[in-house]
Amino acid sequence: MDIPPLTNGYEIVYKKPQTLTDTPMHYCPGCGHGVAHRVLMEVVEEMGIQDRTIGVAPVGCSVFAYDYMNIDMQEAPHGRASAVASGIKRVLPDRYVFSYQGDGDLAAIGTGETIHVVNRGENILMVFINNGVYGMTGGQMAPTTLLGMKTTTTPYGREVKTAGHPLRITNLVAQLPGACYVTRQAVHTPTTVRKLKKAFRAALEYQQKQQGTCFVEVVSNCPSSWKMTPAEANKWLEENMFPFYPLGDLKLPAQSN
Amino acid sequence: MIRGTVVIAEDICKGCELCIEACPQESLGLSDKINLKGYRYAVLVKDNCTGCVNCALVCPDAAIIVYRQKKPTKTAGPQVEVPI
Repeated sequence: MDIPPLTNGYEIVYKKPQTLTDTPMHYCPGCGHGVAHRVLMEVVEEMGIQDRTIGVAPVGCSVFAYDYMNIDMQEAPHGRASAVASGIKRVLPDRYVFSYQGDGDLAAIGTGETIHVVNRGENILMVFINNGVYGMTGGQMAPTTLLGMKTTTTPYGREVKTAGHPLRITNLVAQLPGACYVTRQAVHTPTTVRKLKKAFRAALEYQQKQQGTCFVEVVSNCPSSWKMTPAEANKWLEENMFPFYPLGDLKLPAQSN
Repeated sequence: MIRGTVVIAEDICKGCELCIEACPQESLGLSDKINLKGYRYAVLVKDNCTGCVNCALVCPDAAIIVYRQKKPTKTAGPQVEVPI
């Protein structure tokens, strides 16, 4: 994107980071993926680690993350992004490695990988985008779908009897000894975006100290699958997702002496 | 009041209106025209932007560049250049 010349007396206070490519994103209007991509790449740019960061893209809506992030990227099979990322980190321990996964990828098909990667305490950052549905395939029920939430496979709302309880996998991994920093953030307002940026920064800095796995959940929206406008989706997110997925830090690293 | 302005990449904007919701000054709105993708894009409709960056923070497509007036520096002594 061409940046217009500076007007007299004005300065640029915000622009797209260099670590994002100029490819227009394919996400639906109002999707939280775009904000999460941008915030993560802003942190990479600010830390000056663009040439030392390796990302692992998942299967799901963010499958083309490698087209948008201007860093070294690797695509992983469905659910296996964290396993691939831990392999990369072991071979190249001086790089900053992160996996970026949605809820269908990380909490359904990849539950085994997720739990064992955190349990082994691999020094990677796992980014978990939780919007409660399978967005790419058309809005089917995911493990994180709320009770009573209508999806294409639960048209009368999710019931415990047939579909079980929603899975709070972030709370689950926070109990594991290998987890270093576990937090839950959101991307729907300017305040939450600022907090998310601090969380990403902290997580990448902890990775340098080799204290264990950092896990950042981003409670996000899916206006298309929820069948709402982006503004309505964000309101629905606040009213329904946050009571079940409260924001905040679930685990902080032990204070080093 | 510190003044600012935004430049929105109209071909990238998908008209999700999140920036319009986030703007405390209500200076953004949707255009009457449509862009190449067929979306009505966000435009500056009022001249009261303060450059608070809120719109750019919530923009999922990183389509917004925010400008803000430079603050007059106190260290420059009495000959402070008054910003326009």
